[in-house]
Amino acid sequence: MSIRLAFSLAMASLWYRRRVLALVTLTLTLSITLLLGVQYLRTEVKQSFSNTISGTDLIVGARSGQLNLLLYTIFHIGDATNNIRWSTYQKLQEDQRIDWLVPISLGDSYRGHRVVGTSDQFPEHFRYGRDQKPELLAGEWFSDVFEVVLGARVADQHDHQPGDDIILSHGGGKTSFSNHKDTPFRVTGILAPTGTPVDQAVYVSLQGLEAIHIGWESGVAIPGRTVTPEEARKRDLTPDAITAALVGIDRKVLTFQVQRQINESQAEPLSAILPGVALSELWRIMGQFEKALLGITGFVVIISLIGLIAVLLTLQVQRRQEIAILRATGASPMLIASLHVIECVILAVSACGLALIVGAAGIAGLSPWLLETWGIQVTLRPLNQTEWLIITSVPLASLIVGLAPALLAWRGSRKQGLGHVMPE
Amino acid sequence: MPDMTSKTDVQGDSSTPRQQALHISNLAFRWDQTQPPLSYPDITLNAGEHLFLRGPSGSGKSTLLSLLGGLIVPDAGTLTLLGTELAGLTSGQRDRFRADHMGVIFQQFNLVPYLTTLDNVMLPCRLSRKRRAQALPTPAKEAESLLTELGIPESHWHRRVTGLSVGQQQRVAAARALTGAPELILADEPTSALDSDNRDRFIELLLGLAAEKRSSVVFVSHDQGLAKRFDHQIALETIQ
Repeated sequence: MSIRLAFSLAMASLWYRRRVLALVTLTLTLSITLLLGVQYLRTEVKQSFSNTISGTDLIVGARSGQLNLLLYTIFHIGDATNNIRWSTYQKLQEDQRIDWLVPISLGDSYRGHRVVGTSDQFPEHFRYGRDQKPELLAGEWFSDVFEVVLGARVADQHDHQPGDDIILSHGGGKTSFSNHKDTPFRVTGILAPTGTPVDQAVYVSLQGLEAIHIGWESGVAIPGRTVTPEEARKRDLTPDAITAALVGIDRKVLTFQVQRQINESQAEPLSAILPGVALSELWRIMGQFEKALLGITGFVVIISLIGLIAVLLTLQVQRRQEIAILRATGASPMLIASLHVIECVILAVSACGLALIVGAAGIAGLSPWLLETWGIQVTLRPLNQTEWLIITSVPLASLIVGLAPALLAWRGSRKQGLGHVMPE
Repeated sequence: MPDMTSKTDVQGDSSTPRQQALHISNLAFRWDQTQPPLSYPDITLNAGEHLFLRGPSGSGKSTLLSLLGGLIVPDAGTLTLLGTELAGLTSGQRDRFRADHMGVIFQQFNLVPYLTTLDNVMLPCRLSRKRRAQALPTPAKEAESLLTELGIPESHWHRRVTGLSVGQQQRVAAARALTGAPELILADEPTSALDSDNRDRFIELLLGLAAEKRSSVVFVSHDQGLAKRFDHQIALETIQ
């Protein structure tokens, strides 16, 4: 009975003071939303991040650190230190243990988007997420030298349809002054959104890249040495070098053996990396930032809990008379103290509930924008264990901080006379 | 420093077979170790009788009520209520005892602001099983009939008490003190905030209803004019 009474009194008291308490609850709600949001996004971004590549056993490139190689081949961040010779690539193709190879050739761009020279092996073997294939939203994969397939974001941003002609630029950068304007490419296909850097890239054939660089050997177009598309088609368009290759191994147990052999290659200095290992190393570096961010938002929650206590302690002065009445009617100091704790916990629980609603609405509202602007795929999902831990720890923390006013009230009401606060 | 002596002794006849509502002897209490203790005259009050307690400010009237309520414990002397020695009870038992056997009316601000008038009246029934059982026919029905008798308009019953006038608030407080027929009602200057018309009406209603419920009233006031309505009166005095 006493607990029911305490609850009903606490609810009535909260409702009576709803105007003041609404503000502290709002503060608490926002800080919990922030904390939960950061934790949620952290998990989602990590998921999205490790979804960038799957199914590839090794990435082979010129000798460099594994992070560098991963960043420029998969995330299209930074530049290759060196190329690998075409002959090396061919040697890899002959290797019995290797199931498939996807060549990757980088260096050019289209309005700030990376141009990736590859082959029809790319849609065949490149996988992201849970073994997902890059699907074509429209059109088909390139089959001709001067055909191009666009990532979802590229097509969307520049409003391209299959059939459009585009001009690639030499080198990277958003605005390039040296364009391959003699050799336009025709869009044949547009990829479906993947939430990975694939969306931001432009795919052409290795031969296409070779063709547009005829006459560009010195880095700029030398007048008179460039060729028209028709002339280019007549040349031998086998590349001399590529930037990297994605490798699929037939029997997975041989992965380390192949990796070691490539790393020790005498013909050319090469690096073979395990994408999963490189991804987790990359995440470990990025993880420091998000941990710091989580720590900061944790402090925000603590600060708003302290604010809540400050408000409750201020209210306590107003509540002396009410407590005197309850005491005179026979309420024990424990009942008075439990009123404070219950009120504090009810506020925290309602703030958590509101935070869940605000958070879910926020994620549902922002996820299209996040995918579009940042290429991060965030979906609404049930909370995981850590998030539940966070959301239950807030009422627990409020229970602990609620003990402060409760203890004061308990001590005060023990010393209180009938209707009179004991002279200090 | 206040010190008290008895001016008029209780006139009650302790030899009657009726149960004693209240008996105190050699009672002393001090709030602060650096001050001389407040000491009280011996008082005996039979069940159903009313006591008027008079004295200037600082004479320890409110302290005596706190002692009677069991909120504080005396430093010396005995305090027996309804045959129970309060000093023998733990603080939790004293809270229980107060909930079961006592109704309290303060000078003002008697009501819990966030409860309705009816909920305020029924508060003792929610804190004490005994009071609930004694609230006949049901706590709600008894509260309603008390409010009717005390002249609180029905339109206020289900509303929060903040809309009531001071006179109405004191009458609601009286209803709360009377609900569940407690043996003892402690009233700490309940009429000091009322005008004389309201005051007389209040006393009349309180004593009338207390007689109905067979409750003893210990009424503290410095208004000598009210004393004649009570069976007994005691004056506490400050000796300079």
